Amino acid sequence: MRITQGAFSYLPDLTDDEIAAQLQYAVDRGWAVAVEFTDDPHPRNNLWEMWGLPMFDIADAAAALAEIRACRDAYPCRYVRVSAYDASYGRQTTALSFIVHRPPEEPGFRLERQEGADRHIRYTLHPYAAVQPHGQRYTEASG
Amino acid sequence: MTQQAAPAGFAMPVPGRDGDDETVPGQPGQGDEEPLGDDALVDIGAWRKQLSISGVLDRLDSELVGLAPVKTRVREIAALLLVDRLRGRYGLVSSRPTLHMCFTGSPGTGKTTVAVRMAEMLKGLGYLRRGHLVSATRDDLVGEYVGHTAPKTKAVLSRAMGGVLFIDEAYYLYRADNERDYGQEAIEILLQVMEADRDDLVVILAGYRDRMDSFFASNPGMASRIAHHVDFPDFTADELVRIAELMVASQSHRFSPAAHQAFREYIELRMAQPRFANARSVRNAIDRMRLRQANRVVASDAMVGKDDLVRLEEQDVRLSRVFGGG
Repeated sequence: MRITQGAFSYLPDLTDDEIAAQLQYAVDRGWAVAVEFTDDPHPRNNLWEMWGLPMFDIADAAAALAEIRACRDAYPCRYVRVSAYDASYGRQTTALSFIVHRPPEEPGFRLERQEGADRHIRYTLHPYAAVQPHGQRYTEASG
Repeated sequence: MTQQAAPAGFAMPVPGRDGDDETVPGQPGQGDEEPLGDDALVDIGAWRKQLSISGVLDRLDSELVGLAPVKTRVREIAALLLVDRLRGRYGLVSSRPTLHMCFTGSPGTGKTTVAVRMAEMLKGLGYLRRGHLVSATRDDLVGEYVGHTAPKTKAVLSRAMGGVLFIDEAYYLYRADNERDYGQEAIEILLQVMEADRDDLVVILAGYRDRMDSFFASNPGMASRIAHHVDFPDFTADELVRIAELMVASQSHRFSPAAHQAFREYIELRMAQPRFANARSVRNAIDRMRLRQANRVVASDAMVGKDDLVRLEEQDVRLSRVFGGG
């Protein structure tokens, strides 16, 4: 199941040229571009691991694209996203965030129902990938 | 925002794309360049104008005095890039030339100035996307402790992406006497990026001739990746006087005829002295002349007009140390 988080996630995957064009827009507006990765696909997992520091003073998207490629090469079986921070508000504000790389296979989520008192039911999502410990999800062998 | 032609379906209008950028065959345009037929003709003049080479090259000619071999090389590069683009229009193979350069020459011969112009020109020709210049020296590239160099060098490189990385006095990167120096690491990263990302980045090394030669001798990989070695000749006395005229004019000053003659003599004396730095020495001399002029104007009790504030007098030049005065 293809997870949809951030901008453009209902579109087909962006090509590198399209990613570069989006990032160039961000760079031109003075937003700091950061590359992040994770192997926990839960939608409420906001805190992804950072790939290096945010790039504060680049002039061209090629620099950010090079970091994205390096991150993909290092973690071919994880999600990679880029975030662009707009510092002009004086606080950390994500102006743009989108996924630029996915694991080869995304097993999706199981819906869990928890019986409560008075026939109440609580629903929660459980990612199948999270069955495996951190770092062993989405291995190329399994997917 | 102006109303644009309604796109089909749910598509959003593409920002920055107006309807009026249709390209005329044979004319340069902003849009996609459709291939030309084998017998089509292109208007070189229109292309040259469109690509703003003429503007940059003309400014190079009018604002920079002398430097004939440098101007020739810049023209050649501009022509090659233009021809490559035209070849592309005809569907001919045009490999992207490597444009890493090395500028050698004495201090004050205009290496940095030409590098800035080069960045503008390469952007105008569509070789670089941004055309900005990032200046770096050893301090910006080489770290202070183990593991510090690579991130530092990479940060500078990513800042320069899409533009020109200008490394002044590049030979300081390599210290032959200290084998544990981190400069070597910076050179290796630099080489790797010069090779892998040469579409995104032009590296210009600059420095004195003899020291650059020994730097290349000890870093053959660097020498082989640099296609263009441009030597900046020293200025002649006539050229230095013309440079001085341009500098003085750009600061809204002018020489009186006697001061002009005196400055000519000053240059000839100064050129014979040690630590002469070409245009930089001229600029410093002019700064000192302005000091003496200001002092003279303030000291005189007379009424002062606009002309007195503009004119540099003979005594402003003659009071220089170079004349053996003080």
